[in-house]
Amino acid sequence: MLLNVENLKAEVAEDGKQILKGLNLQVNPGEVHAIMGPNGAGKSTFSSVLAGREDYEVTEGTVDFDGEDLLEMDAEERARKGLFLAFQYPVEIPGVSNKLFMQTALNAIREEKGLPALDMFDFDEYVQEKMELMGMRKDMLERSVNVGFSGGEKKRNDIFQMALLEPKLCIMDETDSGLDIDALKVVANGVNSLRDPNRSFIVVTHYQRLLDYIKPDFVHVLYDGKIVKSGGFELVHELEDQGYDSIIQSHEAQLAG
Amino acid sequence: MSEATQYEEINDLLSKKTGYKEGFVTQTSVETFEKGISEEVVRAISAKKNEPEWMLEFRLKAYRHWLTMEEPHWAKANYNPLDYQDYSYYSAPECSACGGDTCAADEAKKAEIAEMDLEVAKAFAALGVPIVGSENENTNIAVDAIFDSVSVSTTKREELEKLGIIFCSFSEAVHEHPELVQKYLGTVVPYHDNYFAALNSAVASDGTFVYIPENVRCPIDLSTYFRINEAKTGQFERTILIADKNSYVSYLEGCSAPVRDTYQLHAAVVEVIVLDDAEVKYSTVQNWYPGDDDCEGGILNFVTKRGICEGKNSKLSWTQAETGSAITWKYPSCILKGDNSIGEFYSVALTNRRQQADTGTKMIHIGKNTRSTIISKGLSAGRSDNTYRGLVKILPSAENARNFTQCDSMLIGDQCGAHTFPYIEVENATAKMEHEATTSRIGEDQLFYCQQRGISEQDAISMIVNGYCKEVFKELPLEFAQEAEELLAISLEGSVG
Repeated sequence: MLLNVENLKAEVAEDGKQILKGLNLQVNPGEVHAIMGPNGAGKSTFSSVLAGREDYEVTEGTVDFDGEDLLEMDAEERARKGLFLAFQYPVEIPGVSNKLFMQTALNAIREEKGLPALDMFDFDEYVQEKMELMGMRKDMLERSVNVGFSGGEKKRNDIFQMALLEPKLCIMDETDSGLDIDALKVVANGVNSLRDPNRSFIVVTHYQRLLDYIKPDFVHVLYDGKIVKSGGFELVHELEDQGYDSIIQSHEAQLAG
Repeated sequence: MSEATQYEEINDLLSKKTGYKEGFVTQTSVETFEKGISEEVVRAISAKKNEPEWMLEFRLKAYRHWLTMEEPHWAKANYNPLDYQDYSYYSAPECSACGGDTCAADEAKKAEIAEMDLEVAKAFAALGVPIVGSENENTNIAVDAIFDSVSVSTTKREELEKLGIIFCSFSEAVHEHPELVQKYLGTVVPYHDNYFAALNSAVASDGTFVYIPENVRCPIDLSTYFRINEAKTGQFERTILIADKNSYVSYLEGCSAPVRDTYQLHAAVVEVIVLDDAEVKYSTVQNWYPGDDDCEGGILNFVTKRGICEGKNSKLSWTQAETGSAITWKYPSCILKGDNSIGEFYSVALTNRRQQADTGTKMIHIGKNTRSTIISKGLSAGRSDNTYRGLVKILPSAENARNFTQCDSMLIGDQCGAHTFPYIEVENATAKMEHEATTSRIGEDQLFYCQQRGISEQDAISMIVNGYCKEVFKELPLEFAQEAEELLAISLEGSVG
């Protein structure tokens, strides 16, 4: 098993408000899991907690990542061990070229793997291949990280980084928000081309649109900090037809009963 | 999350002690004047240097005027009025140039090669500054090394002499090129210009003198390295740089001082004269000791730097990376007198802990079609204050003058300040002015984004900061740009875990 989340509880560090209330999730290598849910269910919190953002405090539960205790590691360690987060809002870094940024990141991860650092020439060669795969514009390497990028370009840049860093677990935090249908297809194609028996995905989303292109193996509904229903791809269409309400109602009836 | 808690961690880390590796003290036998300033002291300095009458007159005139002036406190920097009687105004390693009473310039030169104090030589070696007879003398740069009040070594002089270039200490120039010194001394920064310029004119210890003759392109970078060593000593160097018609020179300045527990005073004056079709690039990497965590004992850097683009099509470019000093008060300026002349100012000023910097530039447009560019990048961390203060003045004669100003401030943490005071005075309707200003913060978001890609916090900060400063660093000569980047990293050390 690549990721084993057991009874995870977490709160906002600042005000102690509990968001995750006993979340369980198992992900095996090669699987694609979708996590859906209404606003405020805790979807983004879950992504942030897995990636190690310090705004949240884990109060209970365990997370095992590839045989190690994920919660013991800081954010950069998690990244180096192969956990990748595609951001809902990728951040701009003026004056820092994508090239420098990605070369620094890639070499940090290669160091972790015991591989030698890539110099400028090796990196150029490596990056060309991936750029063709993702259909990136040639000039993007010289441009500053995400500065002057449209929403779609930023998301695509995140997927491109994913392709470069070759992580074991990709978490996509509402990557589809704010994308038009063309940008959505580009992102979905990128993800599909990265699917691999040794790479798993957790796709966090509010809408089913993206999932129509990605076709996850498993779908989970997150509500009030817990996964209240799990199923296969067919669950996406059930949600589409009936919305979250019926699932939430039957969940609450269960609790009451 | 409130801003206060969000930046608590960064502030904690920032308050850690940072290393100032240039902070060592050199033990050497020195001749230092008693503390205090008076007409006798001014005369004694002049006598020590065996100066001609006109130089003494210049000093005395300045001194008498200085007495009538008041210490300025308009800058956005707080310091208690200084006790000028508590500083010594002359200090020199004993066996170096001009040590003896009978010293003449020629002898001084010999003495400097033969017997430069070993400890002084070591100090410069430790700083990586090439001096006469040292292993790294053959680098492609000529250096004038100034230790406290005197110039102790000027390299590459013979090579430069073949081209007619004069590169020597200010004291030597007074003896050997009196006509040039008399012609230009005080023409760009008059002795009465301001309080510290007047003080400098009275007690100027040494400095660098550069003259590039007509049609000569100086093949190597010229450089001065300033070192304050003695405690409670002021350094008052005077630098004059003249680029004659159609010449070019790139001039660099570096500075450092040992760790002391009382303020040290540095009040320099730089005058640059650029004639027809000539170009001067003047770069400074300032790393004066900033003091302890409360900036006690740091250098007070009160400097007047000004250049005049006297001739048509001339160009003067100031580039500075300011990382040190407890207080910086400095406005390298350009008087654009010649038609079509160009003035540029590129600046990175970093303040950390309790450092205070009030720095900027003045661009005075007099000639037709004159152009000026100002790019200022302020970086504040810790509990420091960083101020940009700039004046762009277009006089009625300056037809079609143009100015572009960009002032960016970056905050690291939430207890520092960034301030911008741009003054614009336009007296000619054909002028075109552009002004852009931004303030940003190294956010937790940026740091987290980098860390999520496997980049360490330290690397992330230096990457973000260097990215921000890139526009300015690309104007610095290569080795200097590297040094500036390293300095930034060191000055920010402890700002991350």
